[in-house]
Amino acid sequence: MPISSIVLVTGFLLILIGLWAMFVNKNIIRMIIGFSIIDTGIHMVMVALGYITGGTAPIFDDVVNVADASVIIVDPVPSALVLTAIVIGLGVTAIMLSYAVMIYNTKKSLSIDDCAEQKW
Amino acid sequence: MLKRLFMMLALALMAMMFFDIAGNYSERTELTGISKHYATEGASELGAANLVASVVITYRGLDTLGEVTVLFISAAGASLLLRRRRERGEGSEERPSRQYAESSEIVQTTLSILFPIILLFGVYIFINGHLTPGGGFQGGAVIASAILFFMLARPNESLSHMMLMRIESLSGFTYVMLGLLGVILSGGFLDNRVIPLGDFGSLFSAGLIPLINILIGLKVGSELGSLLQKFKE
Repeated sequence: MPISSIVLVTGFLLILIGLWAMFVNKNIIRMIIGFSIIDTGIHMVMVALGYITGGTAPIFDDVVNVADASVIIVDPVPSALVLTAIVIGLGVTAIMLSYAVMIYNTKKSLSIDDCAEQKW
Repeated sequence: MLKRLFMMLALALMAMMFFDIAGNYSERTELTGISKHYATEGASELGAANLVASVVITYRGLDTLGEVTVLFISAAGASLLLRRRRERGEGSEERPSRQYAESSEIVQTTLSILFPIILLFGVYIFINGHLTPGGGFQGGAVIASAILFFMLARPNESLSHMMLMRIESLSGFTYVMLGLLGVILSGGFLDNRVIPLGDFGSLFSAGLIPLINILIGLKVGSELGSLLQKFKE
């Protein structure tokens, strides 16, 4: 099994685990943790899709020269995308956590069942 | 019960979809499309040894600007949400700031030894972002971890909010100005070839990329620092 498939499958598993955590738990903090796990899974999938067989980091030095760069380095675009995604995920998590703090302060509970007015 | 069934069904469908994708996946052996262009031309066009840095800072520079903006908005939103709570909190005016238990002497001594080193490491990461793995965001995160350590070891002291805000807005402003400089002097917004590219692989190379990395590092570090402080309060 090539290395990138392992990373890909692990990423998919993490997405499923995170989704499951978000579905099953009633506690808001645990749902946020589930979201973070999904986030990590997506990052792993993206990195795996950018892998080139036998590729190395896309940084030029004595070993990686420009001439045969297109066959010996991994795709730099998914790496850059994941970098962006990590930061955005952090921002989203921060916002979710501050909402959790707010909900706790108004309702004195972290259970999603106490937010019945949000139900549709 | 029905809810649980639907949940399982959704997960099973998702798993089937992923199974299909993973089953049909085969590793690529060569770069294609735009990545190929970046790999073969990136070094001579932008002069940065770290290809990811040149993609993040210059080729996709507008995305990075947007990303920094998202981070800024989320920090602002979090501080808005957390502040309103404090005002409504007790209804009384000027609640005295909470007192925390002092941390142990071991932690405090470790802080005074490690704090400058962690800060220096963060600065190193974002200054060398165009040569080695790293860059503004990573360096900023390291600096934020130093701030977190400071807050854990000296819980009753707080960093100056004003200072963090000044650093953050100043670096954001300079970032946009450097981008506009690219429009006037060079190929377009956030073009890094405003100043000479320098020797490939040396510290002073790749035009504006190291400068922008430094700005992003300062901005992210101070933003995350103030976010952490908000959560502490």
